[in-house]
Amino acid sequence: MNVEVQGPKRMISLLSDDGSIIFSISESVVTGWIVILIVLILCLVLTKDLKKIPETKRQCAAEYIVKTVNNMIETNMGRDLMGYAPYIAAVFSYIIIGTLISMIGFRSVTADISVTGALALMTFTLITYTKIRYNGLGKYLFSFVNPLNIISEVATPVSMALRLFGNVCGGMIITMILYGALGTLSSSVYGLLGLNADVYYFNIFQIGIPAVLSIYFDLFSGAIQSYVFIMLTMAYIKMGKE
Amino acid sequence: MNEALLNAQATVLAGQAIGAGLAMIAGIGPGIGEGYAVGKAIETIGRQPEIKGTATSTMFIGCAVAETTGIYGLFVAIVLLWMNPFLKHLTGTVG
Repeated sequence: MNVEVQGPKRMISLLSDDGSIIFSISESVVTGWIVILIVLILCLVLTKDLKKIPETKRQCAAEYIVKTVNNMIETNMGRDLMGYAPYIAAVFSYIIIGTLISMIGFRSVTADISVTGALALMTFTLITYTKIRYNGLGKYLFSFVNPLNIISEVATPVSMALRLFGNVCGGMIITMILYGALGTLSSSVYGLLGLNADVYYFNIFQIGIPAVLSIYFDLFSGAIQSYVFIMLTMAYIKMGKE
Repeated sequence: MNEALLNAQATVLAGQAIGAGLAMIAGIGPGIGEGYAVGKAIETIGRQPEIKGTATSTMFIGCAVAETTGIYGLFVAIVLLWMNPFLKHLTGTVG
């Protein structure tokens, strides 16, 4: 059984004269562009010729999404933080489409620690900004008199990044291990039946069985983790305000 | 490649595999914690069925936070298994 788990590939590389890589764009970034394109197209399609009284199903769907996000922000963060709604919705749509894109054959965007780290850093910046805006710079700096607060401050983005990355990447690894095991099982069954493995190389057991795991790891876990990410973002921002 | 280096590399690889397995012991804690949280949430829903939505979403947040330590263990195991962090210290010293 040979299980090879690989990180994101280098898609575009800028080479120097002697052939060493100066700068390269990874698979996650390219898939991220596709995700951004999907979100952009969705936005454009959903908000095309809006009417005051909705006539099309499209506009009803768009209004439903906006209303759901606004309700969520209002119940979790309160009325005066409604300005954060676009950020929350954008991060949520990026993460959920970036995770679910693995169902159509791409590598999940969030199975790369750079992507989740960047998202967590954005949230961390926003939390710090909220703290300084509502409590003042002096009070924010004064909280570091207790050095334990530095650790808890650093732990916030680290744990957010690792949680999203670990869940998606762990699911990917388990799926790959299952694929390897099923491939070994197929070839040993072929061997037992006395068939030549070079001719019957098709892995019969890899059909269908991984789909059951994919429902959990790709669909359920991906949706739950993106929901958890934005819920934690909202909770931390609300805590930062107080 | 001489024999001493080969032996040393085999020892390092074996240690990495054992360490990755031991790191996943961290999965016990989140398992117990999440089971407890879900049990309590079901108790709450059984007592007050009208707050099912709130209880479920709060439970998922709690589960995700409880999962963090297990994810740290998984991260350590991934690093040990596929990134071979200790092999590169070996080449200079042995052989």
